[in-house]
Amino acid sequence: MSQYLLSTYTVEDGVPGAPSSPEEMQAFMGRVIALEAEMDESGTFVFGGALHGVDAASVVAPGDADVVVTDGPFAESKEHIAGFYIINAADLDEAMVWAGKVAEATQHPIEIRPFFATGKVADQVHNMPGA
Amino acid sequence: MTRPGAAAEATAIERVFREAYGQAVATLVRVFGDITLAEDAVQEAFLVAGDRWPRDGIPPNPAGWIVTTARRRAIDHLRRAARGRELHEHLGGFDAQRHGADVEVWGEDGPVSHDQLRLIFTCCHPALRTEHQVALTLRLLGGLSVDEVARSFLVSESTMAKRLVRAKYKIKAANIPYRVPKDSDLPERLRSVLSVVYLIYNTGADDPQRASLRADAIRLARALADLMPDEPEPAGLLALMLLSESRMPARTSDGGLVLLADQDRTLWDRVLIDEGHAILRACIRRARPGPFQIQAAIQAAHCDAGSFEATDWPQILALYDHLYAVMPTPVVALNRAIVVGEVDGPTAGLAAMDAIAADLDNYHLMHAARGSALRRLGHRDAARVAYERAAALAVTDLDRRFLERQIEELGSPLCPSQGR
Repeated sequence: MSQYLLSTYTVEDGVPGAPSSPEEMQAFMGRVIALEAEMDESGTFVFGGALHGVDAASVVAPGDADVVVTDGPFAESKEHIAGFYIINAADLDEAMVWAGKVAEATQHPIEIRPFFATGKVADQVHNMPGA
Repeated sequence: MTRPGAAAEATAIERVFREAYGQAVATLVRVFGDITLAEDAVQEAFLVAGDRWPRDGIPPNPAGWIVTTARRRAIDHLRRAARGRELHEHLGGFDAQRHGADVEVWGEDGPVSHDQLRLIFTCCHPALRTEHQVALTLRLLGGLSVDEVARSFLVSESTMAKRLVRAKYKIKAANIPYRVPKDSDLPERLRSVLSVVYLIYNTGADDPQRASLRADAIRLARALADLMPDEPEPAGLLALMLLSESRMPARTSDGGLVLLADQDRTLWDRVLIDEGHAILRACIRRARPGPFQIQAAIQAAHCDAGSFEATDWPQILALYDHLYAVMPTPVVALNRAIVVGEVDGPTAGLAAMDAIAADLDNYHLMHAARGSALRRLGHRDAARVAYERAAALAVTDLDRRFLERQIEELGSPLCPSQGR
């Protein structure tokens, strides 16, 4: 059993393919809720959600004497992470099937990255059936 | 030992290496689940073989000997690398539970022969970029050294070594599976595997420096056709490459490219043509056409013609129509347009090319084909412009020299004003 981060990105503050009317928004939410239920029932869903806008981000960095806080996201980029799931999957093929479902439900491109759990989470992964 | 004897032994070991390397690595990957460990162990086993076989003789089952030796080496590696009790215990269970008897069934048909098939689907997984797919396939299944793979990509050995490390890292970290894909995914995955093998062949066909890749690709296609007897496309690819290969002796003369129309057809290899035809006929009987079988049928039609003039162009055009229906790419459209030029004349051919010219503006063969059609129509200036653009875009010296010759011919005494 492996774990993967499925993430989607905003491009210049907009999310590609985002719903533009209340009706579209409602349909979008319906698809996402149904997909999350499917993930949950199959034991795929670990954790996930959407992120607030990048304007709300701050960076805390180690300084000479004390930590330094600055406004803004860490990466000087047009693209920023907008939301993510951590999922369980047998291998990359299975993760690709789930990423495909997320891409269809959200109409956004989805990046898949293998996730390596640490600390308390790692212990939970280890004790999972089928791990 | 006499020198000729030693040379014969070395050649025999080299042959075993080429034939057994991919199978041995594939089996070790199944047993240990780690590509790098499998590669290292198989290489060490061949080093031992290179030392021992010339002295003791080649064992009756050389491939089995390599796998058994490599397996022992891999276990040694794991024991040495095992830090702490846990990993050691894991290894103990690993070894005894399922990896003991498995390896010994070498040489029989069944699961072991499928190891290579599993590994090529791993190497050609769509989540890996094409150049990594090709490099991994040549290295792990083709048995090429890192340096040989590097030369086939025209990059340094260290660049290629880094590229292979990155690709193997992704396979491991992302848990890219080691198995033949399930039926619903198989057609698409198989197409990507076959495309990689054909790309290897074409790389060898385009550049005399890398000609040995053609034999590597044919060897891989033979293995795939044997391993997937229920699928007609691997056999179709094999037939396609054998028929292309049959014309190779006539394709160049004095280091220059010779067009199909000008080739000495007595140089074509009849043995390869007969084998290609036989494989293709067996494919056609199954009535499950696919892009590689259709391309093989096109090559077969060319090989059937006793002369360029005797070519059955209407049949070839019908095959291109069929090919375009299943593989609607601009390059297929270009090849179809060239055939339209033979069936309906250069004006029709040129019109068909112009319809797709925008998609292939950076493809030298599109401009070369336009140059040829324009020359046939007597538009020398336009033909020269097209050939010059083609020469500027050409990737290999062979193509560039050919195109420069066309430009020179256009500047011949018929139009002295254009000569230099």
